[in-house]
Amino acid sequence: MSLKGKAYIAGAFEHPTRKAPDKSVAQLHAECAKGALEDAGLTKDDVDGYFCAGDAPGMGPLSMVDYMDLRVRHIDSTDIGGSSYLMMVAHAAEAIAAGRCNVALCTLAGRPRSEGQATGTAARAGNPAQPDMMFEYPFGPTVVNMYAMCAARHMYEFGTTSEQLAWIKVAASHHAQWNEHAMLRDVVTVEEVVNSPMIADPLHRLDCCVISDGGGAIIVVAREIAKSLKRPLVKLVGAGEAPKGQMGGKIDLTYSGAVWSGPAAFAEAGVKPSDMKYVSIYDSFTITVLMQLEDLGFCEKGKGGRLVADGNLISGTGKLPFNTDGGGLCNNHPANRGGLTKVLEAVRQLRGEAHPKVQVKHCDLALAHGTGGLLGSRHGSATVIMERE
Amino acid sequence: MVTLAKDRKLPAPTPNLETQQYWDGAAAGKLMVKFCLDCKQPHHYPRALCPHCFSDRTEWRAVSGKGKIYSYSVMRRAPVPYAIAYVTLDEGVTMMTNIVACDFDALRIGQPVTVVFQPSDGGPPVPMFKPV
Repeated sequence: MSLKGKAYIAGAFEHPTRKAPDKSVAQLHAECAKGALEDAGLTKDDVDGYFCAGDAPGMGPLSMVDYMDLRVRHIDSTDIGGSSYLMMVAHAAEAIAAGRCNVALCTLAGRPRSEGQATGTAARAGNPAQPDMMFEYPFGPTVVNMYAMCAARHMYEFGTTSEQLAWIKVAASHHAQWNEHAMLRDVVTVEEVVNSPMIADPLHRLDCCVISDGGGAIIVVAREIAKSLKRPLVKLVGAGEAPKGQMGGKIDLTYSGAVWSGPAAFAEAGVKPSDMKYVSIYDSFTITVLMQLEDLGFCEKGKGGRLVADGNLISGTGKLPFNTDGGGLCNNHPANRGGLTKVLEAVRQLRGEAHPKVQVKHCDLALAHGTGGLLGSRHGSATVIMERE
Repeated sequence: MVTLAKDRKLPAPTPNLETQQYWDGAAAGKLMVKFCLDCKQPHHYPRALCPHCFSDRTEWRAVSGKGKIYSYSVMRRAPVPYAIAYVTLDEGVTMMTNIVACDFDALRIGQPVTVVFQPSDGGPPVPMFKPV
């Protein structure tokens, strides 16, 4: 069964907060849900499907369904880290196509900034039953160094440079200057990125995304419901998902699971990378963007450095406008999970509701893609292609 | 620049029945790798079932402990900086580790390394690598 045209994104909301010491995580989830329902023109009573992932407090969907007192007939909390919310769009569409629900609410929220979490620079112990743990934890795998090893290998194999990676941050900062909610609104230069302190070679501080509180929500609905609402029609036309791990020790850090999720999504949608007017690409780090763009087919493997350089990702001047909200690199990265905000900015672009300074003209086809978990050990990839009807 | 590696406190691995021999080997100064008797391939981290072919006929073998750095990253932003790495063993399998007893600034991908066993905090020693 194809998901093409089976579901629409009718509601989208990004929490304006970037630091929420005075709010609970459950409250942030509910505020996002409320915002997305208001955006769609729906009410809580219309929701009959609820989707969340590992950031939901307590017992995941049970705790949040109870907190919000939702009366749903379908729930799903598949967790593949920060890319969960891109996969959620597809899973919601599957549920809608199968008649399991008509109005799916998907929420994300968290407050790592208020909680002072050492998000990227401290190794996390995990559960001793996790089969990989004792073969990795003693070596200090952190979020940053597990992406940095991919960057180091990419540089070794393909000659990618720190300056090329820096252009990704530069482009994000050009977009963030117009976003009043963005954490980092100053436009930065390539020199400023490569001269920022080294965190884990070869990634500098400005190669990394921000740590922010906040969240977001989307409402995925059946076609007849989308048609009954007053919002522009944003239709799901293709989706793909894929995990990638260490392959029993045949480790290859040069590519991500996007080599599988991307082609699946393009085939379902019947389109190709060059048809995209706008792309939201998960930007936990600059290297994440570069590798995903290659793996999705926006350029040949190894030529991502040239693709992203010289402002090519900047809306209005570049050929491949990306993350026009400033992305995780400059705007926000709520709950250390950037997948949902990737959907949000793609929806804004397709509706024509992005900031006028970054709105892509005639934006009728967009892609959102994410990498969750750790690119250097095991991660989930998810791709979503959406069309303005 | 020269940045010499310093010892840091290593969390103790917690062996279980599936992995005990790996850690017993480490305690005896041997790097153990699981090989599959059916598909003839090594794998890491070690499992009872071969992840390549799902055979349950896997055996432990002590390997040379020699390999090359596949990739690495020096974690500068840590109380004691350290170099995480993937090392590809001569036997063909790639494992996560640290590079120790080295100048971090002189490390290179492709560099030959050899295993050393570093004491952990109350557990079996942990296999790490140093430049040859």
